Amino acid sequence: MRTIRIQTDAFDVSAEIAALAGGQTDIGAIVSFSGHVRADEGLTQLKLEHYPGMTEREIARHIDEAERRWPLMGASVIHRIGVLRPGDAIVLVATASRHRQAAFSAAEFLMDYLKTRAPFWKEETRGTCTAWVQGRESDTVQAKRWE
Amino acid sequence: MRLLYFAWVRQKIGRSEETLALPQDVSSVADLAHWLARRGEGYAGAFADLSRLRAAVNQEHVGFDAPLGADDEVAFFPPVTGG
Repeated sequence: MRTIRIQTDAFDVSAEIAALAGGQTDIGAIVSFSGHVRADEGLTQLKLEHYPGMTEREIARHIDEAERRWPLMGASVIHRIGVLRPGDAIVLVATASRHRQAAFSAAEFLMDYLKTRAPFWKEETRGTCTAWVQGRESDTVQAKRWE
Repeated sequence: MRLLYFAWVRQKIGRSEETLALPQDVSSVADLAHWLARRGEGYAGAFADLSRLRAAVNQEHVGFDAPLGADDEVAFFPPVTGG
């Protein structure tokens, strides 16, 4: 089972995990990661945009790659766009496998690539100031370890 | 060809997309960026420093040396910041 969704609405982690499990009895491990908006340095709002079409293709390509590397039985990637506030969940990555190691590794792999390859952009608001978030070198370094 | 702009590239140019015929003498993404930079103030600002930009052709990340065809979809944007 594969889910790729870009949406403005909030997601329900429990419902997504249940959908990923899908009643299968051979899945032994589901790992889920959700990223949340931090109120760093007075951040009041994040606004996200993406490149419709390319985003879904990039994510699908990376799930394909994760499936080549690990024995996955399913993966879900849900990313929100639009206006988000501190405390809001922004992204969900969930992976299913027979055993936990593959699920943990694949979830981390997908998250690292989401940060450095998926075409999303964040604009931060602090009070009346807005600024585009700069790409972080630490994220690029993090993603390179999978090469 | 179809051109798409995202984030501050879109803001500087003042539009999110446009369609134009592949200009003569433009055969790579870098050629196109330099050609666009001469179209006006907003474009000049957006394309002033290509090291701050990334590009995609037909929805795949490419380098600025990538070749272009007449029907390509080309996107210019800053480094991505999702997740």
